[in-house]
Amino acid sequence: MTNPASPPAARGFFKRLGERLSTGSSRIAEGLKSILPGRKIDAEVLEELEERLIGADVGVEATARILEDLGRRVARKELGDVDALVGALRRAMLEILAPVEKRLQIGGAKPYVILVVGINGAGKTTTIGKLANRLRTEGRSVMLASGDTFRAAAREQLAVWAERNGVPLIAQQAGAEPAAVIYDALQAARAREIDVLIADTAGRLHTQSHLMEELKKVKRVLSRIDPGAPHEVLLVLDGTIGQNALAQTAEFDRNLGVTGLVITKLDGTAKGGVVLAIAQRFKIPIRFVGVGESLEDFGEFDAAGFVDALLRPAGESA
Amino acid sequence: MFDQLTERLSTALRNLSGRGRLTDENVADTVRQVRLALLEADVALPVVKTFTDAVRERAVGAEVAKSLTPGQAFIKIVHDELTRLMGEPSTGLDLRAQRPVVVMLAGLQGAGKTTSAGKLARWLIEKERKKVLLVSTDVYRPAAILQLQTLAAQVGAGFAESTADEAPIAIARRALDEATRSAYDVLLIDTAGRLHVDAEMMAEVRDLEAAIHPHERLFVVDSMAGQDAVNAARAFNEALSLTGVILTKTDGDARGGAALSVRQVTGKPIRFIGTGEKTDALEPFQPERIASRILGMGDVLSLVEQVHEQVDREKAEKLAKKLHTGKSFDLGDLRDQLSQLQRMGGMAAVLEKLPAQLQANAAKAAGAVDPKALKRQIGIIDSMTPRERRRPDSIDGSRKRRIANGAGVALPEVNRLLKQFDQMHKTMKKLAKGGMLRNMMRGMAGRLPPGFGP
Repeated sequence: MTNPASPPAARGFFKRLGERLSTGSSRIAEGLKSILPGRKIDAEVLEELEERLIGADVGVEATARILEDLGRRVARKELGDVDALVGALRRAMLEILAPVEKRLQIGGAKPYVILVVGINGAGKTTTIGKLANRLRTEGRSVMLASGDTFRAAAREQLAVWAERNGVPLIAQQAGAEPAAVIYDALQAARAREIDVLIADTAGRLHTQSHLMEELKKVKRVLSRIDPGAPHEVLLVLDGTIGQNALAQTAEFDRNLGVTGLVITKLDGTAKGGVVLAIAQRFKIPIRFVGVGESLEDFGEFDAAGFVDALLRPAGESA
Repeated sequence: MFDQLTERLSTALRNLSGRGRLTDENVADTVRQVRLALLEADVALPVVKTFTDAVRERAVGAEVAKSLTPGQAFIKIVHDELTRLMGEPSTGLDLRAQRPVVVMLAGLQGAGKTTSAGKLARWLIEKERKKVLLVSTDVYRPAAILQLQTLAAQVGAGFAESTADEAPIAIARRALDEATRSAYDVLLIDTAGRLHVDAEMMAEVRDLEAAIHPHERLFVVDSMAGQDAVNAARAFNEALSLTGVILTKTDGDARGGAALSVRQVTGKPIRFIGTGEKTDALEPFQPERIASRILGMGDVLSLVEQVHEQVDREKAEKLAKKLHTGKSFDLGDLRDQLSQLQRMGGMAAVLEKLPAQLQANAAKAAGAVDPKALKRQIGIIDSMTPRERRRPDSIDGSRKRRIANGAGVALPEVNRLLKQFDQMHKTMKKLAKGGMLRNMMRGMAGRLPPGFGP
C-alpha cells in the first residue's frame, strides 16, 4: 500500500498505543527497575520477567523462547543490569515480530477482494468500517458486502459504516445465502469498476465446522468470477482474548488459508502480548492493529513501534 | 500447545507414581505443570498463584487412596479444589423482589451482552414463565438497539424503544415506567460495551446503576478472555457491586480460565453459560464441568471412579496376600488380572474417557492390550486344566496343541503367552526373595492401566 503520510502517522499511532497500553495495570517492563535497583540479573529476575510475560498473554511458548534467549545471555554474563536486560528483551521480541510485519499490498486485481472473517465479537464490522475509511482516504473506490445474514442488525451496523464513509453497500435480507450476497457484490463491484471490495461475514466460532464450510463456499463462489479472489483473507482477532487466539488462527487458516491478521481492541485492557504468541506460532502477516474506537485508532502493524509500546514504562513518552 | 502441556502434565504425574504419599519434593514439578496448564487456560497469574499454593498445601502429606495412583490422587485434589473455587451450581436468577425485577447486563465490547440479553429473556419466559421487557441503553454501537429489538421479537419478549440520541438513564427510567405500567415481571437492561479503564464510560454505567437500582447486576464475560479479565471483573465489581456473572461462548474450544479468575476476584457466582448461537443456548452454570475443562482433563475423574468400582478389591487383595506369603503366582492369577481389564469395558471404553489430547498416546500404549487379544489370552488360559494353570512347566508340545485347538488360536500365541508368563514369574520370584514385594506390585501396576496395582 502506498501511503506517503504513513511514517509520521504511524509513529503517532504507536505512541497512542503506548499510552493506551500504559493504562493497563501490569506492564511488562514497568517497575522492573524499581523492584531490582542495581541488582544483578539472575534466575530470580528472569522468573519475575517470565511471570510478567505470561501475565501479558504472551503465552508459554513465546515466553519460553524469549527466556531461553535471555538465559543464554545471562549465562554469558552479557546482561549486567536491568537496562541491558530490557534491551535484550526488546531484541528478542523484535526477532519474533519482525517477520510478520508485512503490509497489505492492494493492486493487481480490480476489484481487489478482501474477505473478512473471525469469531463473534472480534470486531469484524468495525474493522471493515475503519479499513474502508483508510482506503477511501488513499483515494480508492470501495464497496462493502454484507455477508453476515445471521446476526440481528449486522447489515444495519455495516450500513452505518457505509454511509459514514460514503461507499456503496451490497446487502440482502436477513437469512439470505452469504455466498450469494458476496457473489452479487463482486459482480456489482466489477460493473462499477470499484477498486476494493470488502466482504463482511457472520462471526462464527472456529469450532463450528458447518459454518466453516459456509465460508469455504464463499471462497469457492468468488473464485468462479475471479480465480484470484479473495485476494486477501483477513482474520480479525480480539486482542483481549487469551491463548485461544492461537486455536482460532489455526482453525481459520486450515480451512481458508488466512493471508493477513487484524488484531483489535489493543486499548487499555489488553497487554498486547497475544500478538507475540501468534507471531511466534504462525508466520501470517499482521496487517493492522486497532487500539480504540475512533478512526485514527486503527493503523498498520509496525513491529518496532509495537515492541516499544509494550516496553515503554508508563508515563514516559517515546 | 495444550497437547504438549497435557503431555507434560501427565509425564509429571507419572513421575509421582510409585509413591504412597505425596511429598513436597515429588509434587513440586507437578505443581509447576499445573501452573503452566492454568496459565495456558488464561487463568490470571495472581489467581494461579493462590490456587497452586492451596493445592500444594492440600497435596503434601495427603495419603493416597489405595485404589488410586498418586498421580490420580493429585489430579483429584486439583480438580476438587478447582470445583470448590468455582462455587455452587447455579439455580438461575434471584427473582425474589418487587416486580418488575430489574436485571442489568454489563461488560466489555464483544463479550456477548446483547445476545445474552435475548437468551436470558427467552429463559425467563420459557423456564420461569415470566413476562419480560427488554431495553437497550447502547447508544454507541451502530444498530445495537435494533439488534436487541430483533432478538426481543424472536423470543417473544416486550421491547421498550430507544434511540441513539437519548441518554442511557432516561431510556432506562422510561423502560422501568413502562414495565411497571404494563405489569412486566422482569425488566432486562442491556448496556453498551465498555472498557474497564475508560473512566467516563465506567462513570456512565455507575450512574445508570445508581439511578435504577437493578436487583441483579450481571457481568458478561467472554470465556476466551485473556489475563486482563481479572482486572475487568474487579473494575466492574467495584462500579456495580455485581450479583453474578454470565460466561459466554463456551461452545468454542477455549479452556475458560477467565471463569476462575472472575469468580476469584469478584466472589460472585457464575449464573449462566452461553453455549451456542441460538437463543436457547443458555444453561445454568455447573462448576464441575468448567473445572474439568480448565484442566483439559476430559472425563478423567469419572474414569478414576470407574476403576474404583470395577476392580474387584477382594481378588486384588487375595493376590497381594498370595505374593506376601511367598506362594507362587500362577496362570489362574494372570487370568483374573486379564479379566479385570476386560471388565472395565476394554481399553476402548477407557480411552473414550481420556482428554482428547491424551487419546492418541494412550492408544499407542493400548495397542499391546488390544481387547481381542485380551479375550484370546483369557481363552487360552481357560482351555488349560487347573493343574496346567498351577504348573505351566508341565505343558508340553501335545498339551500346547490341545490348548491352541481349544481356544481356537494358533500355536505360537500359546507359546507367547507362556513365555510372557514365565518372564513375569521369574521377576516376581526374584523380587520376592529380595523382600521387595511392594516394589514388585508397583512394577506390575506400571504395566497395567493406572489404578490397577492392589
